[in-house]
Amino acid sequence: MNEPILKVRDLHVEFPLARGLVRAVDGASFDVIRGEALGLVGESGSGKTMALRALVGLLPRQANLAGGEILFEGVDLARASTDNLREIRGRQVAMIFQEPLTALNPVMRVGDQIAEGPLVRLGYHRRRARERALELMGHVGIPDPVRRYQAYPHELSGGMQQRVVIAIALSLEPKLILCDEPTTALDVTIQDQILKLLESLRSELHMSVVFVSHDLAVVAQTCQTVAVMYAGQVVETGPIEAVFQEPRHPYTLSLLRSVPDFDVVRETLATIPGSPPDLAAPPAGCRFHPRCPFVQPDCTTGDFPLRPLGGDRATACIHSELAVDDVRREPVIAGG
Amino acid sequence: MAEPLLEVKGLAKHFPLRRSLVDVGRHDRRAVLRAVDGVDLEIAPGEVLGLVGESGCGKSTLGRCIVGLYEPTEGELRFEGMPLAANRERALRRRIQIVFQDPYASLNPRMTVRQALRELLKFHEMVPDDGIDARSRELLDLVGLGPRALDAHPRQFSGGQRQRVSIAKALALQPDLLVADEPVSALDVSVQANVLNLLEDLRVRLGLTILLIAHNMAVVRHVCDRVAVMYLGRIVETAPTAELFENPRHPYTQGLLRAVPRLAAHRRTKAAAVVGDPPSPINVPTGCRFHPRCPIAQEPLCSTEDPMLAGPRAEHQAACHFAWGERPQSHTPEVAVEGR
Repeated sequence: MNEPILKVRDLHVEFPLARGLVRAVDGASFDVIRGEALGLVGESGSGKTMALRALVGLLPRQANLAGGEILFEGVDLARASTDNLREIRGRQVAMIFQEPLTALNPVMRVGDQIAEGPLVRLGYHRRRARERALELMGHVGIPDPVRRYQAYPHELSGGMQQRVVIAIALSLEPKLILCDEPTTALDVTIQDQILKLLESLRSELHMSVVFVSHDLAVVAQTCQTVAVMYAGQVVETGPIEAVFQEPRHPYTLSLLRSVPDFDVVRETLATIPGSPPDLAAPPAGCRFHPRCPFVQPDCTTGDFPLRPLGGDRATACIHSELAVDDVRREPVIAGG
Repeated sequence: MAEPLLEVKGLAKHFPLRRSLVDVGRHDRRAVLRAVDGVDLEIAPGEVLGLVGESGCGKSTLGRCIVGLYEPTEGELRFEGMPLAANRERALRRRIQIVFQDPYASLNPRMTVRQALRELLKFHEMVPDDGIDARSRELLDLVGLGPRALDAHPRQFSGGQRQRVSIAKALALQPDLLVADEPVSALDVSVQANVLNLLEDLRVRLGLTILLIAHNMAVVRHVCDRVAVMYLGRIVETAPTAELFENPRHPYTQGLLRAVPRLAAHRRTKAAAVVGDPPSPINVPTGCRFHPRCPIAQEPLCSTEDPMLAGPRAEHQAACHFAWGERPQSHTPEVAVEGR
């Protein structure tokens, strides 16, 4: 296996709020393999978006990067200066957001927005930057680029807007692309087009991707590895097919069972009792234990770091065999 | 099929658009957005019918016409065989209720659950005044909320709980037909399952008829007995759920199903399932509305002749010239992309 382009170790993001210190990300660790896509999945409030934003110093003002290492090609971004980060952002790491309209400048022609990076950061001549923009527009599947170059964002459909955002992200030839729910705002056929575009760009340009999503099926389609987050922590990691076929953490299992799967129709959908913990006062021991169907007496105290399982997999559950038994009784997803 | 509970016949809802001064000067005809443009549909008592399609296909507008929030431009609605106008009397209004997508916007933030339920129960004279409290508790119990929720304001609830309150409010009027407009798409996955199970449970316990408007095909597959697929203001295919998923006949349905992301990663395909963007409902294509994106469109037939819903059996119908006969070779359509 290739070595990681990005290694995140023990990442902490904190919000000092009136009701207490909220640990939005509380010791998350994961790797992104060069040329592969990592899916960062979890429900709202699991810390997946904050973890992603922390990677490039785009945390909200109130939040602190309270600890951990973010090793991007050996450089620790957590300790990089603002200037240094700015240089890496865009050039080496680009980001694609959920809402394309909020990511684009409403009063600037989309072509100029794509040409801006090469013009300003790569020092291209105006005409060459324009040619580069047209080339990128063709690359991301925008039909009739010459005409579209002149369009303003509001004149384009949501799918086309997201293609423009992707073209901007690609314009400086980054090594790593961070995607925050890039298709959540789109219709299913357009989502399908964008996911397939991202997938083909990744393999063609040999880029690495971190893909944050709440949609397990979307991640299954686009990523090679997955990190499942719960209450600010990564509870399970591994190759995506293995993890979804045979989850080794009860939270991953419960989540997979609660999703209406296109291929498996069940009488009733499984539900997860209770609700996610308050991150200002998380439960002791394993954070999932109050909602866990397999909870054991020793789950309620101590620390639950990720433990390697072999086969590039890791879980934070100390009784992962119980999840495995359950899956053997009733498979999670269709056909092996 | 049993006598339908609701019949929709040739229903259309057009929204006239504002004209600019320039348009007026040029004597341009007033542009019209054809949100719903000729829909025929029946809902049998006790069934859960899924209405699916992408944004802008008119599924929510159709739902709102049924509930009486919009006055249809053309066509008619019949409820138990009787004509159903948008401006309907209170007793009839009570019988068709709606649950909206966004539980944060559909509840009055200043009213407790008790106040909201009391208002409904009183206005529609559902129970005698001294029975309102007991009935409110019963309703909350029905949707899986404890009596403590009675004195809470909407802000004190999570998204899933709010959606339960919305459903309790709809059920307070003992409707025969519940229109659920994307009831789970604003919710987290684990909460979604709860609300979907609740709908199923209510159908079984109360014999409720449900029109579930959704864009998530997996959700529809789990919950519905029958599915109607909408595209650009029209229904393009209807079939019993299992049949629609196993043997879709309309090229749009086929593409839509292929576009659904699957948990089983090995089921992914490389090529995009449907190319291009949906056309604008202001400028509807001639002939078959799907022909500019269709992989089996044949010229000149598909760009001139508007196909009607048809099929060998009443329960499975598709509006495509090639739905049931021999299929032309598929090709990749030249996509004409227009902004919305």
